[in-house]
Amino acid sequence: MPSNDRYSATAIALHWLIFAVITGGFALAVYMVDLPLSPAKLKYFAWHKWTGITVFLLALARVAWRLTHRTPPYAADFPRWQRRAAGAMHAALYALILAIPLTGWLYSSAAGVTTVYFGVLPLPDLLAKDKALAELLKSVHVTLNYALLVLVLLHAITALHHYFVIRDPMLARMLPWAGRRKARSADV
Amino acid sequence: MYNLHRAAFSLLVAALLTASAAPVAAQTILYEKSRITCVSRQMNVPVEARFKKFSAQIAFDPAKPAAGTARLDIELESFDIDNAEVNDEARGKQWFDARNFPKATFVAAGIKPLGGGKFEVRGPLTIKGKTHEVVAPFTYKQEAGTAIFDGAFPIKRLQYNIGEGVWKDTDTVADEVQIKFHIVVAAGNAAAKR
Repeated sequence: MPSNDRYSATAIALHWLIFAVITGGFALAVYMVDLPLSPAKLKYFAWHKWTGITVFLLALARVAWRLTHRTPPYAADFPRWQRRAAGAMHAALYALILAIPLTGWLYSSAAGVTTVYFGVLPLPDLLAKDKALAELLKSVHVTLNYALLVLVLLHAITALHHYFVIRDPMLARMLPWAGRRKARSADV
Repeated sequence: MYNLHRAAFSLLVAALLTASAAPVAAQTILYEKSRITCVSRQMNVPVEARFKKFSAQIAFDPAKPAAGTARLDIELESFDIDNAEVNDEARGKQWFDARNFPKATFVAAGIKPLGGGKFEVRGPLTIKGKTHEVVAPFTYKQEAGTAIFDGAFPIKRLQYNIGEGVWKDTDTVADEVQIKFHIVVAAGNAAAKR
């Protein structure tokens, strides 16, 4: 049953799309924060916020998918502690992809800067302007991002370990291409 | 003795001049209750900043608005957007160049009633050595021993060379900037001193 041992096309598309958007938003943030003030810097900040809101929307879609679908079952011999570890990792990743854009939005609100999605749609300010709170939210936003970086690296290392070392079809469950062949070989 | 005489004489002259030039007496500005702010749009996000220091001379009687006079001097060094880096940039050469042009000045050239407690003041606004006429509608209302002028008007920042060099780009910071004023004066002295 190849259709059953992989994530659905929707789940796979959402996973890799959010990965691409997060990578772009993260790299942009690292690049832009220490730039001297310039029109380009203002643009990058706006783009970064649009990226973050996009991540938030994609994350909501992913959570909605997850709550309404069964994930493909693990192999019968997949150890219990590893199932638990995988579950905890996925829960933490879901929490962070929701919490990070949200803390960014809260930070922007507290700093007194409304977020205008794509320069068109003004989002509600979640907090009144408060400089001290803005500083706190900024450090929370940054800290959570580095926590996400660490978890994403662990997540990727684990997936690559399954693929290259254990040589099981774990990674194929989430790969958009050539998954089927691998998945079938597991049934053998 | 001589100085005292001269001071007294100047006071007398000033009083006479004021009396003859302005039939409406000057009002006491309550600075701690008054605010002059500007709203610019950065990447289409409205951002408000405040000019913390300004001085105003206003003589206005709603019964005879045409006789009213007003002058506003805004200290550009007092620009505050609640971000030290942006404040420095805004006071710097490319924006206000506050060192060489410390004040923005508005002088009312005419005030007319629009009806329903609304008025309109027009006159030259000078910033950074450039002068353009602006027209500002405002409301005037009396409230608990004070009178409040509330109004707003747009300016085109590039007409005043505010934002030179890379900042001429209006895609990031829009050309149009709203200037808002909320000026509170002690009520009644216009009538009392008349």
